[in-house]
Amino acid sequence: MAENEKATAAAPEAAPVKKAPKPVSPGTQALRDVVSKVYAAAWDAKKAGRPVGWSSSKFPCEIAEALGLAVVYPENQAAGIGAQHDGQRMCEAAESLGFDPDICGYARISLAYAAGVETTNESRRVPAPDFVLCCNNICNCMTKWYENIARMHNIPLIMIDVPYNNEVTVSDSQVAYIRGQFDEAIKQMEKIAGVKFDEKKFEQACANANRTAKAWLKVCDYLQYKPAPMSGFDLFNHMADVVTARGKVETAEAFELLASELEEHVKNGTTTSPFPEQYRIMFEGIPCWPNLKTLFKPLKANGVNVTAVVYAPAFGFVYNGLDEMARAYCKAPNSVCIEQGVDWREGICRDNKVDGVLVHYNRSCKPWSGYMAEMQRRFTKDLGVPCAGFDGDQADPRNFNEAQYETRVQGLVEAMEENKKLKEARA
Amino acid sequence: MKTIYTMGIDVGSTASKCVILKDGSEIVAKSLVDVGAGTSGPTRAIAEVLEAAGMKKEDMAFILATGYGRNSLDDIADHQMSELSCHARGAFFLFPDVHTVIDIGGQDVKVLEIENGVMVNFAMNDKCAAGTGRFLDVMARVLEVKVEDLADLGAQSTKNVEISSTCTVFAESEVISQLAKGSDKRDIINGIHKSVASRVVGLANRIGVRDAVVMTGGVAQNGGVVSALQDALHHPIYTSPLTQYNGALGAALFAWQKATK
Repeated sequence: MAENEKATAAAPEAAPVKKAPKPVSPGTQALRDVVSKVYAAAWDAKKAGRPVGWSSSKFPCEIAEALGLAVVYPENQAAGIGAQHDGQRMCEAAESLGFDPDICGYARISLAYAAGVETTNESRRVPAPDFVLCCNNICNCMTKWYENIARMHNIPLIMIDVPYNNEVTVSDSQVAYIRGQFDEAIKQMEKIAGVKFDEKKFEQACANANRTAKAWLKVCDYLQYKPAPMSGFDLFNHMADVVTARGKVETAEAFELLASELEEHVKNGTTTSPFPEQYRIMFEGIPCWPNLKTLFKPLKANGVNVTAVVYAPAFGFVYNGLDEMARAYCKAPNSVCIEQGVDWREGICRDNKVDGVLVHYNRSCKPWSGYMAEMQRRFTKDLGVPCAGFDGDQADPRNFNEAQYETRVQGLVEAMEENKKLKEARA
Repeated sequence: MKTIYTMGIDVGSTASKCVILKDGSEIVAKSLVDVGAGTSGPTRAIAEVLEAAGMKKEDMAFILATGYGRNSLDDIADHQMSELSCHARGAFFLFPDVHTVIDIGGQDVKVLEIENGVMVNFAMNDKCAAGTGRFLDVMARVLEVKVEDLADLGAQSTKNVEISSTCTVFAESEVISQLAKGSDKRDIINGIHKSVASRVVGLANRIGVRDAVVMTGGVAQNGGVVSALQDALHHPIYTSPLTQYNGALGAALFAWQKATK
């Protein structure tokens, strides 16, 4: 679909009033620049007549990178649209097209956009797709979401199916199944790019992705310090780089720069967190992007720092070669069994010394939220920390209630306070 | 030693409750107004409790607010806490052996795990108000009975009528269709009580149920729900005549703790 076919561009008055951005560190700025460049590169490709792809967040980006294909990421786009308060309008537009309000908010925003509904968030406008890359390791909704986009635009869908794994280990037959799909995807993408797959370029993209993963993990690991040198909430923003630009050297360099800044903070006993840290929690799930300030307010008021998020282990994967890459891509939050999921989370909770867990029951993400009640039970039993859950949505603000959230956070803080006293009394 | 009076105010979604405590151990006065947050309820409840005690606001050493509307009382309250902790503290005062509190209020349900009188973990209902006091209000209206008569009527049930919907709106339709089919109101009411119990059981089991189990909040006055919950949980449930005041009582106890710190 050509850009001039965008059907229902939002009225200018719907755009939120922009405030002057707060100054950020060079590392954070470098990470922001990387994401901006991803979007700019897609527009440049479109203008130059080269194909542009839309990709799910955990499709092996290394292949597109090796083929020099410009790719943007609808999940990141939808998060940005949600954060800029245009999510509800886009979700409603998708519902008007016939998509059910119960499906993922990211999917609804993306499908509305694919159908020609423009967003007020200019920084997240993307060119129409010429092909789509779908890997359903991140969630199964992806499959139908991307099939719909492919059908709307009559474009190729390159599909990689990663079945849910009910065991902790990935078997050789699973690897062979996925490796076969990688090989086929490479052939399909060669045709789209009009160039042959270059092993050396691919190895470089893999090296970049591995370097990014290591630097990302290093940044996440600084949250183990007490007090942490940053607000862990920042990791949610930095996820944009892990999603959109893992295979680029600039991303690895930006994370390395941020890591060096954090190291300085640890040495100096300083932090970029805007409040003194009294409690440390794991924030489980994707944040409610349209309600970020509301989410943050009671955490800040009570000195609660997020020092653990599951994204750290889930995106911090390092591999060597196509088979190991296939194995690595089997491990995404919604494609692993509950034992693996609990192990990831409890590991980071222990390492990062959390006092409690705040679980987002995300109406957009049924698979993720569905097993959370059982996970909460295990966290309390295994870690001896209180957990609180709240209802919300990653992109659709209609599914979130501020008063309910505040009560649950306050309850969690009061339970963490009492739990600390009990532990101290026992010690 | 000077006598210390403290006040707890619980501004819920459907009612405002106040308790004045003497030295953290004796209830001097209490009040209840049947409207909650965002109404004249809190002001009226405060005026009523002060009048009943023959005291003035200035006589209170500490005032603590809790409940859904707790943040709207900055002009009178010295501090605010969540209703979760306040219900835990109130239940512990009334039943020192408590380990599990089930509170069903106007629009939420909470299950609290209590250790040595303090809340160490909790679970609350999701955004849906099924199984709450509001659910029973809606059902009573459809059945043309008073909400306070539900327990007695349900106790006279002789036949099992299942209300399977957990959604208030769908359950209302289900009740209407049962009435249209000629089912006895008393059997339908009993089915409604079981429906509330089944929803609460799922939440309670997330936290784990340990004796003694205490039920608080307005719905605890409905013996039909208490009995259905007892059967479903396989644990005896204790309630108090002060159940509706439990949150305010907990708030007054925390207020005393803060006043004497």
